[in-house]
Amino acid sequence: MTSQNRLIQWTAHAFLMLIALACILPFLLLFMSSIADEQAILRDGYSLFPAEFSDAAYRYLARESTQLIRAYGITVLITVVGTSVGLAITAMLAYPLSQKAFGPRKPLTFIVFFTILFNGGLVPTYLVYTQYFDMKNTIWALIVPNLLMSGFNILLMRTFFLTSVPDAVIESAGLDGAGQFRTFVSIVLPLSTPILATVGLFQGIGYWNDWFNGVIFITNPAYFSIQNILNRILMDIQFLSSSNMSSHVGDAMSSIPGTTVRMAIAVIGVVPILIAYPFFQKYFVKGIMIGAVKG
Amino acid sequence: MGTTLWQRTWRNVARNKAMYVMVIPGLLYLLVNNYLPMLGLVIAFKDVDFAKGIWHSDWIGFKNFEYLFKTSDAWLITRNTLGYNAVFIVVNFAFSIAIAIFLNEITSKFFSRFYQSVLLLPYLISMIIVSYLVFALLSQDTGMMNHTILPLFGIKEISWYNEPVYWPFILVIVNLWKNAGFLCVVFLAAIIGIDKEYYEAATLDGASKWKQIRLITIPLISPVIVMMLLLFIGRIFYADFGLFFQVPMESGPIMNATNVIDTYVYRGLMQIGDIGMSAAAGCYQSIVGFVLVLLSNYVVRKINKDQALF
Repeated sequence: MTSQNRLIQWTAHAFLMLIALACILPFLLLFMSSIADEQAILRDGYSLFPAEFSDAAYRYLARESTQLIRAYGITVLITVVGTSVGLAITAMLAYPLSQKAFGPRKPLTFIVFFTILFNGGLVPTYLVYTQYFDMKNTIWALIVPNLLMSGFNILLMRTFFLTSVPDAVIESAGLDGAGQFRTFVSIVLPLSTPILATVGLFQGIGYWNDWFNGVIFITNPAYFSIQNILNRILMDIQFLSSSNMSSHVGDAMSSIPGTTVRMAIAVIGVVPILIAYPFFQKYFVKGIMIGAVKG
Repeated sequence: MGTTLWQRTWRNVARNKAMYVMVIPGLLYLLVNNYLPMLGLVIAFKDVDFAKGIWHSDWIGFKNFEYLFKTSDAWLITRNTLGYNAVFIVVNFAFSIAIAIFLNEITSKFFSRFYQSVLLLPYLISMIIVSYLVFALLSQDTGMMNHTILPLFGIKEISWYNEPVYWPFILVIVNLWKNAGFLCVVFLAAIIGIDKEYYEAATLDGASKWKQIRLITIPLISPVIVMMLLLFIGRIFYADFGLFFQVPMESGPIMNATNVIDTYVYRGLMQIGDIGMSAAAGCYQSIVGFVLVLLSNYVVRKINKDQALF
């Protein structure tokens, strides 16, 4: 019996260890490439064990940091503003939809729900934001299209208010003379931190990782987020490798950051998430679980 | 009698003023971000002319669709979108279920938590970072595959970004790498929810672990598997844009293997500037996608009413 159990433990560990390695090694490769010597990479290729190390990439980034710091600022700004405004709008819409006293809650819930089933897609959305709201090359284009990431979050929050905030608490607050908005802010929200944390977290990660809005709405590098800088570098590599080696390519080539610098920028882009991960992991896993129950 | 609908509505508004105000920003947002673009689907039936404005452009009926379906692209992108998603579903589900079952066997709390965290790492990062990682592996001149791994097996270097035959495998692997952790957590939650008594009884009867997995675990999580399957099938007409756009790095020679509806719509709109064709492809996706969501939900309802979205 125990020998069978031990065998299972070892098999499970071996299998999972392999998968864990497959998940971690690419990150390690990224990091190692950022601290490798440029010549070593050009000679031996990207490697987990570069022959020579160098901090040239990070020194280069520190020297040429103006654009990078700006991009970092943009990423932080859209993440903070987008997440907090998005969370506020989501909660304010979700709460009335959970209250029986609110007359039109059923039709309005359907209006939210329908956006999950059906959408206009890229072309009309693009035209609405560029033609009617003139958001091209503004910071708004990086914030507004993601504010309510998905109607799903609103329904998730509504379900939480419905099931986890007791009616009695809300009623007694009303009897004590608190207005509906006061009740919402000072009674309901504090009781709902788990769902606020979960939805906020997914929204925050979404903003931090977003490159799509930058790609379709932003051409002015002044509004590039970190992701968009990385995207631009990738496009330049692709452009050069597909165009013929003509005389002016040399110039362009020298303007593209070297291999190690590229990897260093990518490292800077992921590190904040990796550092924060242990702190939000609990909510992250919980969020995936509730999302799946009714998703 | 006495109270009409209007009176009742008015009284409800008067009594719940605050709540009516609270929903305004959210509803306005949905109007602009979701409902206006839905109306905008009609541009697929127009000959868009910015000089005249979108609404005043001429109606041309199904012309855009005729052009679209006359090209070989329409078939190609439909086939790729459906084909890739179908393979993604099978591969991701098989792997995630296996991982979840193994993960559930781990008795050490520390390792269980460690594996879970590590498995979710790829799910946390953007597709841009993923394409940097893939490039580090596959780049012709400096990639780890060509420099380190292939020589070990005596295989000569491969020009990955120019050879379409490899891309179905590459995309399936990258997609699995990125998303397996997510599905695994979902299935693990279902497995943890199984009553331990079943296993205790089975152990007393002398059932082997493998038998327990086959006869207890899998049957008891099958409702969750089926629901997740139908959810994914409902989205089968939508491709992961980042995966198909970023990871192949827009390399021309492999386009037939990497072009899906979403990338086609993007290129039509942003690169080629053929808004009509692009809008027609997007409209085709929205409508077929909608029908598929309704259909899969209908099936879910038949199986288990509680799990249905509506």
